[in-house]
Amino acid sequence: MNKKPTVLLILDIVSIILLGVAAYLALSYAPMEATMGNVQRVFYFHVANAWVGLLGFLAAGVAGIAYLRTGKQKWDIIEVAAVEISLVFFLIAIVLGSIWARPIWNTWWTWEPRLTTAAITELIYLAYFMLRGGIEDPNRRARFSAVYTLVGSVSVPITFMAIRLFRTIHPVVIGTASAQAQGGFNMSSDMKVAFFFSLFSFTVIFIDLFWHRIRLGNLQAKVEELKLNVME
Amino acid sequence: MTEKNSGIQAVGRYLKAMFAIAWKDLAAELRSRELLSAMLVFALLVILIFNFSLKLDAKTRTAATSGILWVTFTFAGTLGLNRSMAVEKDRGCLDGLLLAPVDRSSIYFGKVLSNLVFMFIVEAIVLPVYSILYNVNLFNPWLLLVIFLGSVGYIAIGTLLAAMAVQTRTRDVMLPILLFPVVIPVVIAAVEASSGFLQGLALSEVSYWINILFVYDLIFIAIAFMVFDYVVEE
Repeated sequence: MNKKPTVLLILDIVSIILLGVAAYLALSYAPMEATMGNVQRVFYFHVANAWVGLLGFLAAGVAGIAYLRTGKQKWDIIEVAAVEISLVFFLIAIVLGSIWARPIWNTWWTWEPRLTTAAITELIYLAYFMLRGGIEDPNRRARFSAVYTLVGSVSVPITFMAIRLFRTIHPVVIGTASAQAQGGFNMSSDMKVAFFFSLFSFTVIFIDLFWHRIRLGNLQAKVEELKLNVME
Repeated sequence: MTEKNSGIQAVGRYLKAMFAIAWKDLAAELRSRELLSAMLVFALLVILIFNFSLKLDAKTRTAATSGILWVTFTFAGTLGLNRSMAVEKDRGCLDGLLLAPVDRSSIYFGKVLSNLVFMFIVEAIVLPVYSILYNVNLFNPWLLLVIFLGSVGYIAIGTLLAAMAVQTRTRDVMLPILLFPVVIPVVIAAVEASSGFLQGLALSEVSYWINILFVYDLIFIAIAFMVFDYVVEE
């Protein structure tokens, strides 16, 4: 039984502190946005969650390719870990976006290209888990899910490009926005502090959870191995 | 023998293997007509259901036609894809194919070719039937191009995922779950382009949807070509 590494323990504590500070910065330190009011504060965590979600899907795609090239089980474990936590982060981003959109766009949901692509991305990775659930042979399961991640990760960059490819009402806060965007704003320097801090915090939290999930995957693999040994 | 000649021969062997597999499927289908008749009847039933569920009067029709057509094609396509791969898996035919001394991607392309032919046959019957039933003229060469590109993208990724789906425990339900979220971009682009052409928009206004279709076709064919080995490997 390998013990939990000290670095991971420190990372746990740092993550919790960072989350607290980020929440303070987003909810209290950052000035209230003039036209949208307090609901704009959702933005800091919304973007941070979407960012780590995309980061995880990207990591899963890379791990998938690495698995197909090397056939090493560790890449499969990394891939599942990345997909699983990203699915949750991305869902949080979508829910937070909805909460913001209700007063600003006057609707919880709209079939705007970026939202649509985000929903499709979620569905792809839900299908990913159904695929894994349907295969018993661990090697085949790893191979198929690596293939499917590869296919799925084609859609992740498109989420990011969608805002520039299609006509959209989704605001672009960083970079140039399209003329139709509703609910865009310019960040003041205090807002920027809160924004970049929450991006940073969620990246750390992501790494922490990612690490935990990979450890869990390794332990699972070990349990499977022991079970097989006992049966022999 | 010069190197160039052996290269040409290798390409020839590859194409021969590919056409042999496609021909095998088509010949089997010609004799049984199981797949095509199922796809066709299913497609017509989907149109029938749309007729009642959407109350297709003249006004809704113009807006909904391209959507209805693509939903029909994708649903009927799933049926065909599932069946064409399940047949291979059932009596160990796939293992036999894999034992053949040919490049495995030629099996994939052979399957794509036969699935594509089935899809085109279904489309070639559904389009005139729809035209007659709802009095819309669908014979626009650009629309046919869009249908061609959309079907290629759909079948390219569908064949790969069907090969995966038939090897899972829940194989009857797995294919649409795997395929639909991945193929949605193709469907969106195809529907937008088709409705653009049906409304008589200029090519320049529809061209970026066609570009998306092209890019998707290329990406999906390339991915499937690269990973098909991993999907059928034992």
